[in-house]
Amino acid sequence: MSVAKPLPHDAAALHVIGAARYIDDIPAPANMAHLAFGMAEIAKGWVTDMDLAQVQKAPGVIAVMTADDLPFANDVSPSIHDEPLLSEGTIHYLGQPLFFVVADTHLNARKAVRLAKITYSEDTPVLTIDEALATESRFEDGPRIWTKGDVDQALAEAPHHVQGRIEMGGQEHFYLEGQAALVIPQEGGDMLVHSSTQHPTEIQHKVADALGLPMHAVRCEVRRMGGGFGGKESQGNALAVACAVAARATGRPCKMRYDRDDDMMITGKRHDFRIDYTAGFDGDGRLLGVDFVQATRCGWALDLSLPVADRAMLHADNAYHLPSARITSHRLKTNTQSATAFRGFGGPQGVLGIERVLDHIAATLKADPADIRRLNYYAPMQDTTSAEPRKMGLDPSPLQTTPYHMPVSDFILHDLTETLLSNAGYSGRREKINAWNATHDVLKKGIAFSPVKFGISFTLSHLNQAGALVHVYQDGSVHMNHGGTEMGQGLFQKVAQVAAHRFGIDVHAVKITATDTAKVPNTSATAASSGSDLNGMAVANACDIIRDRIAAFLAERHQTTPDTVQFKDGQVHVGGETMTFAQAAQTAYLNRVSLSATGFYKTPGLNWDRIKGEGTPFFYFAQGAAITEVVIDTLTGENRILRADLLHDAGTSLNPALDVGQIEGGYVQGAGWLTTEELVWDTKGRLRTHAPSTYKIPACSDRPDIFNVALWDAPNPAQTIYRSKAVGEPPFMLGISAFLALSDAVSACGPSYPDLQAPATAEEVLNAVKRARG
Amino acid sequence: MDVTFLLNGETVRVAAEPTQTLLDWLRIDRGLCGTKEGCNEGDCGACTVVVTDQHGGKALNACILFMPQLHGKAVRTVEGISGPSGALHPVQRAMIDHHGSQCGFCTPGIIASMAVAHQQGRSDHDDVLAGNLCRCTGYAPIIRAAEAAAQDPVPNWMDDPLVAASPQPYAPETLEALANWYAAHPDATLIAGATDVGLWVTKQLRDLSDVAFLNRCTALQKITVSEDTIQIGAAVTMTQVLAVMRDHHPSYADMIRRYGSEQVRNAATIGGNIANGSPIGDNPPALIALDATLHLRHGDETRELPIADFFIAYGKQDRAPGELVTGVSLPKQAPMLRCYKISKRFDQDISAVCGCFNITVTDGVVADARIAFGGMAGTPHRARNVEAALIGQPWTMASVETAAALFASDYTPMTDMRASAAYRLEVAENLLRRYFAELTGQPTSVLEISA
Repeated sequence: MSVAKPLPHDAAALHVIGAARYIDDIPAPANMAHLAFGMAEIAKGWVTDMDLAQVQKAPGVIAVMTADDLPFANDVSPSIHDEPLLSEGTIHYLGQPLFFVVADTHLNARKAVRLAKITYSEDTPVLTIDEALATESRFEDGPRIWTKGDVDQALAEAPHHVQGRIEMGGQEHFYLEGQAALVIPQEGGDMLVHSSTQHPTEIQHKVADALGLPMHAVRCEVRRMGGGFGGKESQGNALAVACAVAARATGRPCKMRYDRDDDMMITGKRHDFRIDYTAGFDGDGRLLGVDFVQATRCGWALDLSLPVADRAMLHADNAYHLPSARITSHRLKTNTQSATAFRGFGGPQGVLGIERVLDHIAATLKADPADIRRLNYYAPMQDTTSAEPRKMGLDPSPLQTTPYHMPVSDFILHDLTETLLSNAGYSGRREKINAWNATHDVLKKGIAFSPVKFGISFTLSHLNQAGALVHVYQDGSVHMNHGGTEMGQGLFQKVAQVAAHRFGIDVHAVKITATDTAKVPNTSATAASSGSDLNGMAVANACDIIRDRIAAFLAERHQTTPDTVQFKDGQVHVGGETMTFAQAAQTAYLNRVSLSATGFYKTPGLNWDRIKGEGTPFFYFAQGAAITEVVIDTLTGENRILRADLLHDAGTSLNPALDVGQIEGGYVQGAGWLTTEELVWDTKGRLRTHAPSTYKIPACSDRPDIFNVALWDAPNPAQTIYRSKAVGEPPFMLGISAFLALSDAVSACGPSYPDLQAPATAEEVLNAVKRARG
Repeated sequence: MDVTFLLNGETVRVAAEPTQTLLDWLRIDRGLCGTKEGCNEGDCGACTVVVTDQHGGKALNACILFMPQLHGKAVRTVEGISGPSGALHPVQRAMIDHHGSQCGFCTPGIIASMAVAHQQGRSDHDDVLAGNLCRCTGYAPIIRAAEAAAQDPVPNWMDDPLVAASPQPYAPETLEALANWYAAHPDATLIAGATDVGLWVTKQLRDLSDVAFLNRCTALQKITVSEDTIQIGAAVTMTQVLAVMRDHHPSYADMIRRYGSEQVRNAATIGGNIANGSPIGDNPPALIALDATLHLRHGDETRELPIADFFIAYGKQDRAPGELVTGVSLPKQAPMLRCYKISKRFDQDISAVCGCFNITVTDGVVADARIAFGGMAGTPHRARNVEAALIGQPWTMASVETAAALFASDYTPMTDMRASAAYRLEVAENLLRRYFAELTGQPTSVLEISA
């Protein structure tokens, strides 16, 4: 058995000795040049003059390129071709690349760009949600609106209501390895691209377009990223394309890596949101109808904002049955960095909206918020032990449906919640906290429970496909390749475990290789938590094809049937004989059996109309829950997480150690989003928090003092690879319990609802304390 | 500049540019790419290396460490933390076994920090790793690894000898030589820890050619504790200041524990923090509240002044061209001193507000009050109106409330990315309330509370 083992990350042994190679560590080819962007200093307007004479003359400068120098497409957009690599004169945000320098060293390139003399004609930028709404500065014709039932009537008839607004900031990815690309020209104009990207095919595609070449002339290779989190789904395009254009122009290998400040000024971040809500409920706190208005700043270009905003709508219910709902979504165009994918992809923002509603209801009814949450859960899955595939949408179903009319058939949070509340001693601790707060004036404690139910699949249905390429060599060693990329999440190891399991061999016999568009074409981004679901299946398919060929050959030779041939513990058993896997491979080779195969997988059962907001966008739901305890200082707003208990559903885990790692890390990143991580733009549209000195991700001591993390070990009812569940994004939303706990602590300060906004910095907590006191 | 040091056990001699960073040299010139660049400003720790000098090994950020600072020292990078024959260091083994790496990019720096702490037998892992950001793991498995490796012996290859290093003109070894050189080069830049000057080079891309390095001037590195006074040389690192304050001014020490990070405190000096005149440096408010005396020297001329008088206006200090800060002296006793650092993140964050209180109460009446803040104005300075309102009054909540209202007359703070002006002022008032509450024995710090 190699699946379900808690094996280390595939590169852990290289990480710890500094031998794991990232883009900037690849030994420099001779004559390599280095690139840096010159960036706009205003948020909106036009370039009236660009004097680059001093730049040209600067030490080490080889070439300077503007939009006029680009040979083909000036486009690095992942969606609607609205994102030029270099501005053609119009400025859309402060930090927009205007030109780039090709120089002999990274430092000389950085120094040279600062010598540009650029004059602008400045226009008034659209920076805020209100400014964008007032000027109708938006993507799509108007707001996207999805409805279920008659929410107006439900609200009119509801005996109780809450109404409010929550603003939530964006989030910088802060992948430790900044964006980077290295392009090496090949013979005949072809290009080899090394990129730190979650989406090698997109890099290949954009580079090909920028060079006027067919995709076959460009190969993109990605061994690993030093963190991605969604920030390398589309944001690497600019570097790869610039390097490719420069390599074509100069004939030299070209590398570009952003300095951290440039990275934060140029690249997109998580979408910030403002969510207005009106909810009607009965005397017990049971929701009758909810009306959400979600507004998000997408920044200057579309990028991935439509599916991000869609996913925020798709998670406006989180774990709760909304008998009626209306979700209105404004996708606003602002003169800021183009907001992009970030772990959860809009889901966390949608979830925080409904969690705020339930908190507000509990406060209104003076009920325990955990009770109100459970009261509103979807109905439980009927048979938790059944491994039968669901029959989605085939029969008229008694199942409850989401606001987008998808039946929820795999809801397991009732049992999971019961277990977590009990294991974490929730009720007793709440009483102890109340008693503690009664005797403490300056400091107050808070505790909160929150669940997550996260839909798994790309909502653009065609992306739910994956390919793999597997070779078995005549010595029995295995070369494995698939379309997924490794950014630290452990995908490569999990998929290698699948391959090893299919062949009944040790995982060390499987060579993990860099993602390569020449080996597996037309890949989807490693995103939407889909990596192991899709690529695990594709690799299993390829392995099975080879294994079945070996089995068929051996069965024929031993006068038995292929299904009796067993691959186990490094050996192959056939007709009473046992040989090593290597011997089987050798024999198969000598008998001219093909030992190489491609594999393919596509997720079944998806059917989604994003305009109507109807259908089955998801294969299944990954679920989990958390309880967080915090303490706040009512004099300064300083606050800290004291304890967190997480129970998360990874189905039958492919690798429990790696999955726990995703859950722990996701929680801390989610809590960071809602506490210390504050993006601040000034009134000119300049991002003031563009380095770790001013943008504060969680540090070591910010993790919970007591941090209990466990897996809910039950097979996925959906037919996924070994019945596992995706685990990349869902645990991020467990961090919401930290935000709710802060709100709970603030509530101990006075009678009014604290109306806590995110991020709950010390300053915001102090403001909320004053609001609570009334 | 001629620089000699040990690199992973091997003596190297380099002709270095004055502000060439160790990180660039390792990665570009030496091809040792294990040490990573994450932020290039000393805030993320991906570039952490182990540097051994006469005080032993310490973690430093290679991205803002200039080559001449290494003269006579030993550097060990992640590649040299494994043994010569490839044997893993116990912290490397533990990081694999406890799943302490995910993307792996912060890992080399974390290994370096852990290896030093392991050598020092430390168990304050949160402090050790405060300057190593990890975006993947949430830190829990890294701490588990650090704890698991604690009992393993320190590998012998970690014990670096000192390398013979001849005196160099760029690093004067006596105070006389330094003072005379600086008097003759008043436009030059003095470099101690380079935690600030480093960013002039890596971020502002400034060319600093006329520089002198202070790290071989031992006269500036002395701490002298006498009966009433602690005298601290300007080039004493904040790590050493932390140690001395733990013995004498524990609240100041608690604040310094959160000043920068382990790597920053190992490089940064108290003199640099004062001399650069930043309105948000954390030492000046404490030193002003302690009524410390600043010592300066210009050539052969020395003078001293109350530290509060050093800060004239934003960007302007009472320091003549060519005059250097040589040290600071402060009272050994100040049992009522409390130092409060308020920032978005507890560790390794620049203060939004840093308030230091030193109030003497005799027979229930305020006999003396020294209150100083950073982050509230263009300079660190005293809250004189608040002090005046307290002195002579009974030490009661009522007096505190009356006095707190006067912060608005002492300070006009500004709004920036760290905090709003309103928050800063409100927190200043509340810190006086915290001070009162703390002295009455109430719990006032979230850092002291557990679940």
